[in-house]
Amino acid sequence: MLRYLLEKEFKQILRNKMLPRFILLFPCMALLVFPLAANFEVRHLSLGIVDCDRSPYSSRLARKLAASTLFRLEELSSDYAKALKEIELDRADIVLEIPAGFERRLVEGEPVELMISANSVNGAKGGLGSAYLGSLVSDFSSELRSELGNSPAGNLAPSFSILTLYRYNPRLEYPVYMVPALMVMLLAMLCGFLPALNIVGEKESGTIEQMNVTPVRRLPFILSKLIPYWVIGFIALTICFGVARLVYGLAPEGSFLVIYLFASVFVLALSGFGLVISNYAKTIQQAMFMMFFFVITFVLMSGLYTPVASMPDWAQAVSRLFPLRYFMAVMRLVYLKGSGLGDLLVPLAALLGFAAFFNGWAVLSYRKKS
Amino acid sequence: MVVARELRRRYGETDALRGIGFEVGRGELFGIIGPDGAGKTTLFRVLATLLLADSGSATIDGLDVARDYAALRRRLGYMPGRFSLYQDLTVEENLEFFATVFGATIEANYALVADIYRQLEPFKKRRAGALSGGMKQKLALCCALIHKPELLLLDEPTTGVDPVSRKEFWDMLGRLNGQGITILVSTPYMDEAGLCDRIALMQGGSFLDVDRPAGIVAKYPHALWAVRASRMSGLLGDLRDKAGVLSCFAFGDSHHVATDGSLGPAELERYLASRGHESIEIGRIEPGIEDCFMDLAGAGEGR
Repeated sequence: MLRYLLEKEFKQILRNKMLPRFILLFPCMALLVFPLAANFEVRHLSLGIVDCDRSPYSSRLARKLAASTLFRLEELSSDYAKALKEIELDRADIVLEIPAGFERRLVEGEPVELMISANSVNGAKGGLGSAYLGSLVSDFSSELRSELGNSPAGNLAPSFSILTLYRYNPRLEYPVYMVPALMVMLLAMLCGFLPALNIVGEKESGTIEQMNVTPVRRLPFILSKLIPYWVIGFIALTICFGVARLVYGLAPEGSFLVIYLFASVFVLALSGFGLVISNYAKTIQQAMFMMFFFVITFVLMSGLYTPVASMPDWAQAVSRLFPLRYFMAVMRLVYLKGSGLGDLLVPLAALLGFAAFFNGWAVLSYRKKS
Repeated sequence: MVVARELRRRYGETDALRGIGFEVGRGELFGIIGPDGAGKTTLFRVLATLLLADSGSATIDGLDVARDYAALRRRLGYMPGRFSLYQDLTVEENLEFFATVFGATIEANYALVADIYRQLEPFKKRRAGALSGGMKQKLALCCALIHKPELLLLDEPTTGVDPVSRKEFWDMLGRLNGQGITILVSTPYMDEAGLCDRIALMQGGSFLDVDRPAGIVAKYPHALWAVRASRMSGLLGDLRDKAGVLSCFAFGDSHHVATDGSLGPAELERYLASRGHESIEIGRIEPGIEDCFMDLAGAGEGR
């Protein structure tokens, strides 16, 4: 029986003009475009410098900043109000004010305060820009200190610098962080949401009525809906591995087997979740809206963009309720850190729990005859 | 074949079925006639094992629709009012699919559908969604028949179908019935009632009467007249004002007026003339199913 049902499902999927192409295109697009577009690296910020000192030191600082690839010196003036206007007009991203008496104070060893004003309409640009600028300025000050070693005050703090070593993603490349998590998102859409939409579609078109009067049992019917998308999901996942390897040179440190194992459990959980939705939604519109809500929640709460660890406590607690969080963590651990199955028992248990929970709920919420 | 007892079903505040009871004999062509919202589809869904009644019972061939639904589904052919086949599969694929899920083959039961399927054969590679309305209904009937059911449940199969296709469809039902298949069919078209062996008139979740069409007509208790005049619009109101007129409805180009024994045609004509009507024609007519339905429905509403 299942064979005939599957035959029909595959026939319908392949006959669909859009779906098969989309299934191939989607993983490629997701991996090729999103990580590059959704990049938080900040470059070429327009910098305005307000030099109220006009001394050799202040112009040396300005030259140093202008030489950096991070900034593009747009404007050198002595009027702060005018520079701020530039920010308002969106011609400058960040303004550094060098106060009058800058050089004199430096030479005399007095503390000097510089003011950085950044346009934070784009939070990442503003925050990172002022951090970069701050670190360049402190570079400059330590340069000066070593030059002025014979400072009259003579109370120089011993100078030291911090050497940061980034483990597992040494160059802090964004795609390395994003790609494994995007694969999870993709799998959730293909294996969790598509079959649910398919079932709701049968409800909407009334064909489920016709199926319900046949002797086809519920389980083969559901399986005939899920299996094609499981197959599609695993094909897409494999395409993703290929794209990640070819485009980003990214291969998992750990084993593919571990990933496939987790993917199977994850897909089972998400399919159950989709079935729950399909049991409650009467129309595709309702189902789409519910899914849209969950996709957004997943993206925001499961650590696709913002690491879970940097969320507030309550949000971390909430994120434990989402299966995506666990699989995303696992993907990153296996890909970047090379974790093995033994290190991942907690997320495995969590995902198995989700699978049991959602599928149990799906069975309970389904009544063949209302 | 079908025995229903006191079937009740509510949807929220609405009573869709208010204690329906009837029997259909083996080999009968039984029609359920009633307007939209009468509860026909609910009744069919209960009988098709898709919906549980709140109370009451129904058995088909001795099998209970609630308890023995699995066994029953093999013996039923259900055609919902809405076209519910896979629109993205072809005519042939749909038929094949529904045959296989019932564990049957087209070849084995071809004789049953041959008559209908022959008309579809030129389009067998066409997707079901691209068929005309009448063709869709024929395909749906084929798919409901292909596992050789003992009982066909057809919910408004001719609604929205052109008159020629409707006629063809009823001819097919007649032939299938001739092959021994029991058929339960619903329709809002009163003129189709005469094509059934027996009918039930349904309104507001209740059966008004169950009988042979001729039996229902014979039970019509009043004298019935067709009345025509030059001003049809004012005529209806004037007729209803007259004492002795029990009911009056517009039927095509004339008004059907039911009167009690006290009012004769001569008096009626005088009355209408006194109200300023001209070229008055009054003729005695035999009641149709629709007249009977109107009368029974009116009585049901306490008029």
